[in-house]
Amino acid sequence: MRAVNQVLNGWGNYTPCQSRVFRPERIRELFELMRNGDQEPSWIGRGLGRSYGDSALNPQGGTVLFERLDRLIDFDPQTGMVTCEAGVTFEALIRIFLQRGWFLSVTPGTKYITVGGAITSDIHGKNHHVDGTVSQFVESFDLLTGTGEVLTCSRSENTDAFWATVGGMGLTGLILRGRFRLLPVESAYLHVDFQRARNLDEAFALFQEGDQAYRYSVAWVDCLASGASLGRSVLMRGNHAAVAELPPRWRQSPSTVPLRRQHSVPFNFPDFALNPLCVKLFNALYYARNRDQQKIVDLDAFFYPLDALRHWNRMYGKRGFIQYQALFPPKSSRSGMIALLEAISRSRMASFLAVLKVTGAAGDGLLSFPKPGHTLALDLPNTGSRLRALIQRLDQIVLDHDGRLYLAKDATMSREAFSRMYERLDEFRRVKARLDPANRFVSAQARRLGIVEEG
Amino acid sequence: MSAHERGNGSGITLILGATSSIGKSLARRLAAEGRGLIVAGRDEPELRAIADDLKIRYQVPVRVLRYDATDFESHPAFFATCAAGEDGPLTGVVFCQGAMFDQAEAERDFALSRQMIDVNYTSAVSLLSLAAAHLARRGTGYLCALSSVAGDRGRQSNFLYGATKSALTTYLQGLRNRLARQGVAVITVKPGFVDTAMTWGLLKPGSPLVASPDQVARAIERAIRQQKDHVYAPWFWRWIMAIIKSIPEPIFKRMRL
Ligand SMILES: Cc1cc2nc3c(=O)[nH]c(=O)nc-3n(C[C@H](O)[C@H](O)[C@H](O)COP(=O)(O)OP(=O)(O)OC[C@H]3O[C@@H](n4cnc5c(N)ncnc54)[C@H](O)[C@@H]3O)c2cc1C
Ligand SMILES: NC(=O)c1ccc[n+]([C@@H]2O[C@H](COP(=O)([O-])OP(=O)(O)OC[C@H]3O[C@@H](n4cnc5c(N)ncnc54)[C@H](OP(=O)(O)O)[C@@H]3O)[C@@H](O)[C@H]2O)c1
Repeated sequence: MRAVNQVLNGWGNYTPCQSRVFRPERIRELFELMRNGDQEPSWIGRGLGRSYGDSALNPQGGTVLFERLDRLIDFDPQTGMVTCEAGVTFEALIRIFLQRGWFLSVTPGTKYITVGGAITSDIHGKNHHVDGTVSQFVESFDLLTGTGEVLTCSRSENTDAFWATVGGMGLTGLILRGRFRLLPVESAYLHVDFQRARNLDEAFALFQEGDQAYRYSVAWVDCLASGASLGRSVLMRGNHAAVAELPPRWRQSPSTVPLRRQHSVPFNFPDFALNPLCVKLFNALYYARNRDQQKIVDLDAFFYPLDALRHWNRMYGKRGFIQYQALFPPKSSRSGMIALLEAISRSRMASFLAVLKVTGAAGDGLLSFPKPGHTLALDLPNTGSRLRALIQRLDQIVLDHDGRLYLAKDATMSREAFSRMYERLDEFRRVKARLDPANRFVSAQARRLGIVEEG
Repeated sequence: MSAHERGNGSGITLILGATSSIGKSLARRLAAEGRGLIVAGRDEPELRAIADDLKIRYQVPVRVLRYDATDFESHPAFFATCAAGEDGPLTGVVFCQGAMFDQAEAERDFALSRQMIDVNYTSAVSLLSLAAAHLARRGTGYLCALSSVAGDRGRQSNFLYGATKSALTTYLQGLRNRLARQGVAVITVKPGFVDTAMTWGLLKPGSPLVASPDQVARAIERAIRQQKDHVYAPWFWRWIMAIIKSIPEPIFKRMRL
């Protein structure tokens, strides 16, 4: 197969990378590519490139695109169990199955991701506090390992490969197919309670009181607020709406999301577009507009507000941005969050979006991100040395509070920080050494973090 | 109500070369309109994967049939099997099969030129003539084939492939003329640059001149629905090719295209 030489990037456009890109259109072609081992010294799989950093980049070898491996293999309308190739997107799953009464069991804040990307990042959604990560709903997947074997991995078969791959950022091999459960829903709508919190303590208290009543819970935080308003936020919590709960005009076709016009950011914005004043104004307006209220909201508006603006990442200009997502355990989450928010607020580095969420029980993924506590995610535009200095301060705060950063977002962490945050790293390395003894699967991130030490 | 019931009455469409990137996208577009399909080609496991996907996505009947594109003697029996399905009458045939080799290599190796002629043209004549006879007997339906902008003018960089496509274009033109009074539409599609397995590594992905297979599939589906005679896909190639065709030969022959 021919390679295309192309600059690829993470969603944050922060780490452009000249890549040799391959795109099999059938699983057989993928096998041939991998068997022909000398073609590239190493490989990494890539879905829709929605990870923000360098986890789906491999400048020193080949990159395998999964976008054309997008076939459904099986669907059981009784149980909602889907089997499909790894390149099937969440967007397609919704388009196909929502009308039949099924939704994703776990979804991130965009539907433009693949099944393979979801499994390898062990993604979490707004329902993590009750449902856990996506791997809770994955029955099995087929993994092509570094030794050329195809392993069917599940909780009862090749268990260690299962838990190393889930959250393992593509370093254990290529996921060919996945088998997972969908969630039965009555409609394409949710009823959502919007509630304002004047500061972080109020937000934490509201979360603690009410979260169990909601399948989905998240808060939007104004990162520029400071002092007594530090952590000022709007909580958005909801559940799937039954048809009977919908206003009459929606009951006709309850499983259809109303069409919205898609807008697109046509080119990279110039650097001044997101200046701190604009963002401050936006954030203040947002807080003012969202009075406490109950609303019926459609799936797209609730889960995927950013998808309405294609290429929204270009708003951050050519230099890109990073997304910083930290998680603190319960004992240090209040102090950690305060320290983090203070540092960000003081830095005056603009960020539209900061999302705060309570996380639930940890899964068994060796490098999976979520564990009990609170997580905060926000965008930081690339301002060069200023950004690097800020990140250094933030990383230190996270370490000091026993926190960790999410690999699907990370573009900047040091290997020392990483190994302190992920206590099961050595276990992961042992499984990887067995599945991929020659380190054929490597990403730019794996090299930076020393997950893979090349000979 | 399944998509098939919605599209009831439109009959079954046979896709020849259903494993092609454009064929796969087109199958999805047609199935989404509720048409039943026969996906035909030589890679049977792949055809089955395509068929399963279509059945789950669109809940339409899909049959898998294998054929050998260049075993011309086998075509009548193959076509009879296609026409004898139980899911509904065969009312449409789309020819997506195609091969393209590097011009320089094909100049050195006649076997490659020969293969392009056989796969792109001879095989089309063999299969489409059978289809034409079948549809003419029914007095309704359509034939659609993927030719190419490369057939509009011979260029030094790609004329061994281009010539097979202009032969195909001319064949379709004549067939259209012959079938017009018999109620059968013949649709010539000339794609420009499409981001497929055929062109991967040859075109710059992301260039505005390169269309996705789905974009082209949408144009084809529309052309079939509107029973167009010939379309460029995407449409702007009509204007690009109009310019290229208008260059006088004494000048054109000295250009590097
Ligand atoms: C707007 C937005 C909101 C988001 N919200 C959330 C959120 O709420 N929760 C959350 O958890 N994440 C969230 N994310 C992150 C996103 O869900 C993950 O980065 C996800 O992995 C992206 O999937 P992808 O298909 O684009 O994978 P890519 O970004 O292409 O790849 C991600 C990783 O998966 C590996 N990979 C991909 N496919 C395969 C395969 N077939 N086999 C082996 N390895 C493979 C890659 O090597 C890489 O390590 C968000 C991202 C965006 C842009
Ligand atoms: N891509 C473009 O830019 C472009 C532009 C203009 C026109 N077209 C035309 O559009 C059509 C579809 O193209 P595509 O780009 O989607 O192509 P593709 O993905 O390369 O598919 C080619 C198809 O032809 C079949 N085929 C090739 N050689 C064969 C042989 N010897 N015997 C049997 N079958 C054979 C393939 O079968 P297997 O899968 O079994 O190999 C496959 O189904 C072709 O006719 C092509 O010429 C393409």
